[in-house]
Amino acid sequence: MTAQVLESPQGKSKIKIENVLYSPALQRVLAFAALIVLIVVFSIASPNFLQFRNITGILLATAVNGILALGVTFVIITAGIDLSIGTVMTFSAVMTGVFITRWGFDPLLGVLCGILSGSFAGMINGIVIAKMKVPPFVATLGMMYMAKGLALIIAELRPIYFNDVPGFSTIATGSVVGSILPDFNIPNAVMIMFIAAIVGSFILFKTILGRYTFALGSNEEATRLSGVNVDLWKIAVYTLSGTFAGLAGVVIAARLNSAQPALGQGYELDAIAAVVIGGTSLSGGEGSILGTIIGAFVISVLTNGLRILSVPQEWQIVVTGVIIIVAVYFDMVRRRRSR
Amino acid sequence: MNSDLLVLMQDVNKSFPGVQALSQCHFDLKAGEVHALVGENGAGKSTLMKILSGVYVKDSGHIYVKGGEVHIHNPRMAQELGIAMIHQELNLMPHLSVAQNIFIGREPRGALPFLVDEKRMNQEAQALLDSLHLAIDPRTRVRDLTVARQQMVEIAKALSYHSQVLIMDEPTASLTKAEIEELFSMIRRLREQGVGIVYISHRMEELKQISDRITVMRDGMYIDTLDTAACTIDQIISLMVGRTIYESKPEIPQDSQREVALEVRNLNRGRVLRDVNFKLYKGEILGFAGLVGAGRTEVARAIVGADKVDSMELFVKGQRVSVHTPSDAVRHGIGYLSEDRKRYGLVTGMTVSANVAMASMRDFLQAWFVLDDAKTARVAQEYVEKLTIRTPSVNQRVKHLSGGNQQKVVIAKWLTADTDVLIFDEPTRGIDVGAKSEIYKLLNELAHAGKAIIMISSELPEILRMSHRIVVMCEGRITGELSAAEADQESIMRLATRRDEMVIH
Repeated sequence: MTAQVLESPQGKSKIKIENVLYSPALQRVLAFAALIVLIVVFSIASPNFLQFRNITGILLATAVNGILALGVTFVIITAGIDLSIGTVMTFSAVMTGVFITRWGFDPLLGVLCGILSGSFAGMINGIVIAKMKVPPFVATLGMMYMAKGLALIIAELRPIYFNDVPGFSTIATGSVVGSILPDFNIPNAVMIMFIAAIVGSFILFKTILGRYTFALGSNEEATRLSGVNVDLWKIAVYTLSGTFAGLAGVVIAARLNSAQPALGQGYELDAIAAVVIGGTSLSGGEGSILGTIIGAFVISVLTNGLRILSVPQEWQIVVTGVIIIVAVYFDMVRRRRSR
Repeated sequence: MNSDLLVLMQDVNKSFPGVQALSQCHFDLKAGEVHALVGENGAGKSTLMKILSGVYVKDSGHIYVKGGEVHIHNPRMAQELGIAMIHQELNLMPHLSVAQNIFIGREPRGALPFLVDEKRMNQEAQALLDSLHLAIDPRTRVRDLTVARQQMVEIAKALSYHSQVLIMDEPTASLTKAEIEELFSMIRRLREQGVGIVYISHRMEELKQISDRITVMRDGMYIDTLDTAACTIDQIISLMVGRTIYESKPEIPQDSQREVALEVRNLNRGRVLRDVNFKLYKGEILGFAGLVGAGRTEVARAIVGADKVDSMELFVKGQRVSVHTPSDAVRHGIGYLSEDRKRYGLVTGMTVSANVAMASMRDFLQAWFVLDDAKTARVAQEYVEKLTIRTPSVNQRVKHLSGGNQQKVVIAKWLTADTDVLIFDEPTRGIDVGAKSEIYKLLNELAHAGKAIIMISSELPEILRMSHRIVVMCEGRITGELSAAEADQESIMRLATRRDEMVIH
């Protein structure tokens, strides 16, 4: 009798259409559909849009924002926020420059240390948030300023050029793929983003860190009561976000063949926009890497397409704003219904 | 000391800022028994068990597990001692799967130490669920399960720690009858396997069904432990209620003019409120009694349009009105004074006069949208005097006032808005004894002046002292109505614990 009662399908039938209609998967599908629609519209509107050169341009324009967005996806799934990634990216770029051009590190080691300086900034964020209990918004806002200031100080207000470091710029602009398939020279920066996305997705869905990322955002108190060291894992998540920012720093430095200390602020908002458009919930507990990558492409396809159609840049920005609100609005509607 | 005891707690004390939550509490649990823990709201049951499960740390006292003294500092230590607690509000991660929830914090690792072996985890979860005769797919997301099934998952999770002590805090609060039967058969199976179960509940019939012994607590103190078979429900209730502080005879004001100020018909909201009907007369104080979660606050929130409901017919002075938002309610002269003054009743960072004018801003404007500060101050000053609000001036920020005076500011706000129906939700919560009697006096005066008052309170003596009539709720239903003359603590308690019986008026 026992088993019988429990086998009754009441639990299952509750899942029903509603849950499918308003699931985060749907949001991802929506974002993807939006991306396809944009691509179709732009390619009809302009013959230049689908040209290989333009496509590589879009891919290249997505790389830095995409990498930043990957890291902040983790933070947002824990129901946190990281406003520091833009300037931490700059800080890492500058540190990479310092390690390689001033201290004469081997370029590979310099790149690694540059990325780790991003991780370090992220770890500080995590400690301030988890141990000092400063709200993430404020803690990372503080770090945003600190990283910006430090980048300027360390670079002595000037760009650091990598002209004397042969091959540094190929990290972003070279094409390993192109050297194998000559007609298919996708820039390395793009490949780095895709590899980072695969690694990120693996971490998010296959590892302990990913599991606790979701758990923290879903119900932090329950996670704590289950005996999980909540503080430690929060620090790990922010460190990871900083690490991705560090990677983005190396990529942007390589693309510009220089570390520009005045750059960076504003990038965090583009990244957060990509995450949100990709269906990751700002209230935590759900999200995906695939969504984030789609979100990043929506933004750069939009920007690129509008530019090809000669829409002034200031209008491109307005449209991006509208897209963000529409995406979050869909998310809120879904959330209200599913309650 | 007795070694067949799984758990023995002696002389446990615990205080929170301003409250002695537990004093010299005693509790013991044998293997293979269901030991019920009962008491009124705030008696300290949950606190005592949260100490045993490591959520709180005791101030002093001794805890022995299987004969050895232990010091439990966090939930993990309790887990290691085989003690698990299923909290009243379910503690699951809704976005994660059943298996992921069960194994949170100790996921089976894969090839590398930081990888989760999802496959093995699902297999182990499946085996665990099978052993409990639970037909749940471990890959289902928890939020897609019914509450009852979520609870089963929590129990499975607790047992997966090889727990020998299982604490359940109000486990049946949101279950249907069939689901409760299901839970009980699981409890019985666990009992046969030698698990000791602490069962916190308000529901007397359930205790008679499932428990072996019953411990009664009151006001943070241990009262008595009884064998379930040898005691009656009345006996337990009278132990729970005790003879408490307000011995003074309720000052029953004279009967009112029987003009209906407010009538609620056919109020339904999911499983939270079911077929609620009542009338409120002009000049009366209608007490709403019941246990926490009975739905009293939800009735109030429905009336003022704060929550969406499935159905409700509302009549103000005989006129059918529709209230969808709190501002509709204010327009029809209904004011709600929340139990959480600081969150919902006041803007604590603003001044007394600003708060007094808050619900009737339109009356304090000169020329479209410019605030008439002089008028605001004058009206506020009037109420400060009338209600004897102790404040240096009407320009004092409300957060600097005491609880009792803050409550008076809220009252002044609603009087300024000229509301005829006032709903007080726990009007004296967090207010010291002296200020309480002032609030009581004020309520009486308001009723005298012709206001119609609903007073929701979890303190039975307060209900008995103040109300002309008392409506008792249990699980979203009105289970009875008592006149001031016929009500006493026992009769209210009996109605407040009566479930699944339609006794309306």
